Amino acid sequence: MHTPTVISVEGLSKQYRLGVIGGRTLRADLARWWARKRGRPDPFCKIGQTTPQYGELLWALRDVDFKVRQGDILGIIGRNGAGKSTLLKILSQVTAPTEGVVKIKGRVASLLEVGTGFHPELTGRENAYLNGAILGMTRAEVTRKLDEIIAFAEVDRFIDTPVKRYSSGMYVRLAFAVAAHLEPEILIVDEVLAVGDAAFQRKCIGKMGSVAHGGRTVLFVSHNMAAVSTLCTRAILLENGRVTAEGDVASVVSEYLQHSAEGAALDRVWHDNETAPGRAGVRLHRIRLVTGGNGTPQPITVETPLSVEATFRNGEDGVRVFPALCLMGSDASPVFESAPTGDAALAGQPLPKGTFRVRCEIPGSLLNEGHYTVWFALVDDAAREVCEVRDALSFRVDDTQQRAMGWLGKSVGPVRPRLAWSIERVSDMG
Amino acid sequence: MAFARTQAEDEGWSLVLTPHRGWFDLRLRQLWRYRDLVLLFVRRDFVAVYKQTILGPLWYLIQPLLTTITFTVVFGRIAKLSTDGLPQFLFYMSGTVIWSYFASCLTGTSSTFIANANVFGKVYFPRLAVPVSVLISKLIAFGIQFALFLIFVVYFRVRGADVHPNACALLTPLLLLLMAGLGLGFGIIVSALTTRYRDLAQLVAFGVQLLMYATPVIYPVSSLPQKYQMLILANPITPVIETFRYAYLGAGTPIVGDLLYSTVFIFVVLAIGVLLFTRVERTFMDTV
Repeated sequence: MHTPTVISVEGLSKQYRLGVIGGRTLRADLARWWARKRGRPDPFCKIGQTTPQYGELLWALRDVDFKVRQGDILGIIGRNGAGKSTLLKILSQVTAPTEGVVKIKGRVASLLEVGTGFHPELTGRENAYLNGAILGMTRAEVTRKLDEIIAFAEVDRFIDTPVKRYSSGMYVRLAFAVAAHLEPEILIVDEVLAVGDAAFQRKCIGKMGSVAHGGRTVLFVSHNMAAVSTLCTRAILLENGRVTAEGDVASVVSEYLQHSAEGAALDRVWHDNETAPGRAGVRLHRIRLVTGGNGTPQPITVETPLSVEATFRNGEDGVRVFPALCLMGSDASPVFESAPTGDAALAGQPLPKGTFRVRCEIPGSLLNEGHYTVWFALVDDAAREVCEVRDALSFRVDDTQQRAMGWLGKSVGPVRPRLAWSIERVSDMG
Repeated sequence: MAFARTQAEDEGWSLVLTPHRGWFDLRLRQLWRYRDLVLLFVRRDFVAVYKQTILGPLWYLIQPLLTTITFTVVFGRIAKLSTDGLPQFLFYMSGTVIWSYFASCLTGTSSTFIANANVFGKVYFPRLAVPVSVLISKLIAFGIQFALFLIFVVYFRVRGADVHPNACALLTPLLLLLMAGLGLGFGIIVSALTTRYRDLAQLVAFGVQLLMYATPVIYPVSSLPQKYQMLILANPITPVIETFRYAYLGAGTPIVGDLLYSTVFIFVVLAIGVLLFTRVERTFMDTV
């Protein structure tokens, strides 16, 4: 089936000047102009420069090319600062490109923020009209959908109350409801999923899904890989203002995870035995995180089994060594601490000379998505620390699980173990 | 550029975003499509200003009344300035009412970009919708004040004062158009420049006040010495105010040539304003 291209981005670039935002005054510019007129050097130049230093130039986007076909749900992913927001701003006409062309077929509505232009003194109804008009709806369109909007936002009792008296939840619900009832051919969405409580989020996702199934085109920017995997049909990956991957969601997401792992510390080796953590006799040699069973590194998702592997050298016979590790969450709060139990071979036994390997396995489907660091220690039989390495390893767990339409937000807590559940009918009495 | 656009339209693209746009590309058709938004802005400004005030829209009447009374006392009774033989109260009120339409259009539109940076940064709609909505809401305010003025004209006439409304009153729409055009022109120039130079916002606040003294609001042109008359006639607002006063009170010096001069002047200011506005609206989010 031939589906027409509805967005074509060709050679798109956007340049920003760093550091001088709004920092110019008329006086400075006049002084500069006067100096130039009289052939004097620019008074705002540093010595040795000919043009004033306004700040560094930064290419937020560089030669971006991609096409979106009708009915695509395109996920735009990338780390903070990769250029996602800039791209959305250009597509939604908030700012103009520095170079390149964007061609669009059809009406575009962008949700970069819900509740844009809400006025606190106006009632819910008045704000629905105003906000709808700002987003590009006519009065008649809002009137036709007003009942639906009010029902969706669950604010029917308060619709004629000024929104300054709304709770923040009501405010956000009304704002999203107006936006959700836009009917553009192309919808641009930026992380609005992060609003509202769980029940309302479920509703929002449902709405997004129905927009998509209605044959309209959606561009969706998010950090939430689970949401991207579930909702989108295609994705592009932005890195430092360039498109580095494009294609089906699964491959682009895994590309993203590969890159996001780069900042992690997954393997540390101490080559010099004298300065390695430990004391004379027992020295740590290496500590690493093994992802996947066979040693080849894999992207770490919530389902990946992990193991922490440490190697130490022992130079004296008969030393007893107890390893221990503690896993910390992103806010440095401990998730759990673990040490080998009695049935682990060599645990607590006097060790001969040699090099030893300690391994602790963390099963898949245990950790939640987020950043983790590993604290590792070796303790001797008198419970004195032989060595202690804080932040020995750090890694990120991502959530890419595709889910049935439902909760797409992050689950709470540092762990998300897969537990056995059952639901059974115990009686036929209703 | 023009070529690219027609070619793009041939290929069925409804929107083409490029680094540059035509100099006078106002997108008036788009503005028309967003006319509901303009009216909602007008309504918002009205409702928002007078919510939780005791007197509400009465302020629209109190403002010109108090100004007129102050002028009558200070300039009429104390300084004893000439009023072309007209009742002082009517003379000052006529000047105040039409002047404040210009002044409020100018100050209202001059903060377009800065005051709306938040909304402009999130969603696109024709930026001109904001200043245009200002012109309309100020026009409503003018309408209320103008009605008050007419009531006083009738009252004075019934009391036998020497005032003669005449056919020149038919020019009123043109006069308003000129005032709105000049206010909009200067306003959007300032709004475009304040995205770079914040100093201008300060200038507008008292600049408008000073400009009033360079305009025959509190004195008639005829009372000036010959050498100053040329100077005051260079001010494009002068013919508008003189004509307005002549139309409703029957004294003053309306000259068609002067009005023509004002019209040309205002067109030039508007053109410069539109030029700057369309340039700035493309990228001002990067500099605000």
